Amino acid sequence: MSLRIVVCVKYVPDATGDRHFADDLTVDREDVDGLLSELDEYAVEQALQIADEADDAEITVLTVGPEDAKDALRKALSMGADKAIHVEDDDLHGSDVMATSLVLAKALDKAGYDLVITGMASTDGTMGVLPAILAERLGVPQVTLLSEVKVEDGTVTGRRDGDSASEQLVASLPAVVSVTDQSGEARYPSFKGIMAAKKKPVESWDLEELEIEADEVGLEGSWTAVDSAAQRPARTAGTIVKDEGEGGKQLAEFLAGQKFI
Amino acid sequence: MAEVLVYVDHVDGAVRKPTLELLTLARRIGEPVAVALGAGAADTAAVLAEHGAVKVLTADAPEFAEYLVVPKVDALQAAYDSVSAAGSLAAVLVPSSAEGKEIAARLAVRIGSGIITDAVDLEAGDEGPVATQAAFAASFTTKSRVSKGTPVITVKPNSAPVEAAAAAGTVEALAVTFGALATGTKVVSRTPRESTGRPELTEAAIVVSGGRGVNGAENFHLIEELADSLGAAVGASRAAVDAGWYPHTNQVGQTGKSVSPQLYIASGISGAIQHRAGMQTSKTIVAINKDAEAPIFDLVDYGVVGDLFEVVPQLTGEIKARKG
Ligand SMILES: Cc1cc2nc3c(=O)[nH]c(=O)nc-3n(C[C@H](O)[C@H](O)[C@H](O)COP(=O)(O)OP(=O)(O)OC[C@H]3O[C@@H](n4cnc5c(N)ncnc54)[C@H](O)[C@@H]3O)c2cc1C
Ligand SMILES: Cc1cc2nc3c(=O)[nH]c(=O)nc-3n(C[C@H](O)[C@H](O)[C@H](O)COP(=O)(O)OP(=O)(O)OC[C@H]3O[C@@H](n4cnc5c(N)ncnc54)[C@H](O)[C@@H]3O)c2cc1C
Repeated sequence: MSLRIVVCVKYVPDATGDRHFADDLTVDREDVDGLLSELDEYAVEQALQIADEADDAEITVLTVGPEDAKDALRKALSMGADKAIHVEDDDLHGSDVMATSLVLAKALDKAGYDLVITGMASTDGTMGVLPAILAERLGVPQVTLLSEVKVEDGTVTGRRDGDSASEQLVASLPAVVSVTDQSGEARYPSFKGIMAAKKKPVESWDLEELEIEADEVGLEGSWTAVDSAAQRPARTAGTIVKDEGEGGKQLAEFLAGQKFI
Repeated sequence: MAEVLVYVDHVDGAVRKPTLELLTLARRIGEPVAVALGAGAADTAAVLAEHGAVKVLTADAPEFAEYLVVPKVDALQAAYDSVSAAGSLAAVLVPSSAEGKEIAARLAVRIGSGIITDAVDLEAGDEGPVATQAAFAASFTTKSRVSKGTPVITVKPNSAPVEAAAAAGTVEALAVTFGALATGTKVVSRTPRESTGRPELTEAAIVVSGGRGVNGAENFHLIEELADSLGAAVGASRAAVDAGWYPHTNQVGQTGKSVSPQLYIASGISGAIQHRAGMQTSKTIVAINKDAEAPIFDLVDYGVVGDLFEVVPQLTGEIKARKG
């Protein structure tokens, strides 16, 4: 039986661009180029490696996002995923993590899965909690923040490097796995991969297809509210000295003046 | 007065500093009720009482160590149920560690509440607690609220001072029944991190970091010696970690630790956006870099353009001399 892997990927504004908030305090996606969250490339990479090891596997990439989020799906397909699902609906605008995870969970149930793989955190919201929430909503084991992952005979094993210890984990499928940027470099799409991706199927689903009401998602349906967003004042320009042989001593003088010594 | 649940991060009964900071924030909103789980849970009570906990709910069971995250969610939910049944609950506060965030998020789903992660400040407001978050590598500051359910909020280390505020700290045993999901992910083995004797990176008042400019694992002793002269924690950029010069647990930045110390010293680090994301909220920032154009200099209170192999040892020597 084929191993059904679904990789959740997010389309995010480029972190090296000038990111800011729109008037409704959602992420401004107009002025900054978007891309597949770099940390989700690691999830796609691990899916490809797991599929390589399995006798028979199929990789679906899934995103919830605006029209341009197709770019993120294309990138994942060009890396080697087989097909894509794009959940897109105007009513999704401004969804918080509870609303987004509701949509992802419904989409996963509809698509069918044995293994869900996500990144460790998005590069814009950076919450790092969506995988745990998905596991809770789907009622399957959470095997998260892995820097090493292996799937064999219906079980997933992996290493989680936590704050105080490194843990070896095991759970049976179906499960939700998230992988860190320590899990192994993501491959670059080959020319052949890019050409092949153009012919791979991308399905579009809206809220109706997932039997979700408009008021369960978006700014209205979210369970958190942003009241204000302000640019941090630029740090006041500091003193910069060129080392002419006394740089370390000058720095010590500064630190002493600030009472650090 | 409404109560506030505070999830306790502790190691065998020794309460970690971010939990004491949470108690300071919790007291702005209501009366703190602490929840301590696992081995040594009851030993946390004295310190928690000194910092304002009116009650300490404790539970210990092998499941907390043998399975990932979910048993702790079951226990926190039991605490939520018992406190909210008895009175009004204003918020659930959890330290923003990787595990803390996951526990908080799963609890929020179960109790039908919104969640805010990585708050750097918290205040009482007319419509419930208002959290301050740093967004887009800390180039923005946002204020948000949970608008449905009992607010679940995770708070970053160094977001509030630790304050003494004696309270009863009455210990009560928490009755926990584990659900079907609790045993889903087994922890087969656990290798604790070796202690370096230096302060915890996320909690330290001073962090001294090295980057690609350090040019080799064999040179990191320069960074360590500077750190030790100041009683600081040691950090590293991803370039230094990826090169295998320093452990990943010490990485500062978007995919490493986020730090907010009184003083951050960056040596041989260019200041890429992903590095800034983890250190930009530091109070005082100092950099040593041989390239006057390095973006890190845009952030600094004091910068030395020079070779770190000259400047760092001189600085360490001078600090030692001044400290006698
Ligand atoms: C600066 C900022 C702060 C925010 N703070 C909060 C907050 O405190 N509370 C709140 O409820 N919402 C918050 N949001 C909104 C939240 O980021 C989004 O709702 C988002 O869809 C889910 O959170 P995340 O991206 O942080 O997920 P993370 O938990 O960081 O994402 C982990 C993984 O989940 C998968 N994933 C995430 N989003 C999608 C998607 N849309 N489609 C497919 N896969 C996905 C990816 O694999 C990703 O690597 C914030 C947004 C921003 C920009
Ligand atoms: C998704 C993603 C996540 C990331 N997460 C992180 C993260 O968590 N943390 C992180 O740090 N990076 C992260 N990065 C990587 C980041 O983009 C940079 O590549 C990295 O921070 C560079 O490290 P560096 O400053 O040490 O190296 P470089 O950028 O190479 O800078 C080295 C600096 O050292 C200086 N130098 C060299 N020799 C000397 C000398 N003898 N004396 C003084 N100065 C000297 C040079 O002038 C230069 O400025 C991430 C990237 C991505 C895409």
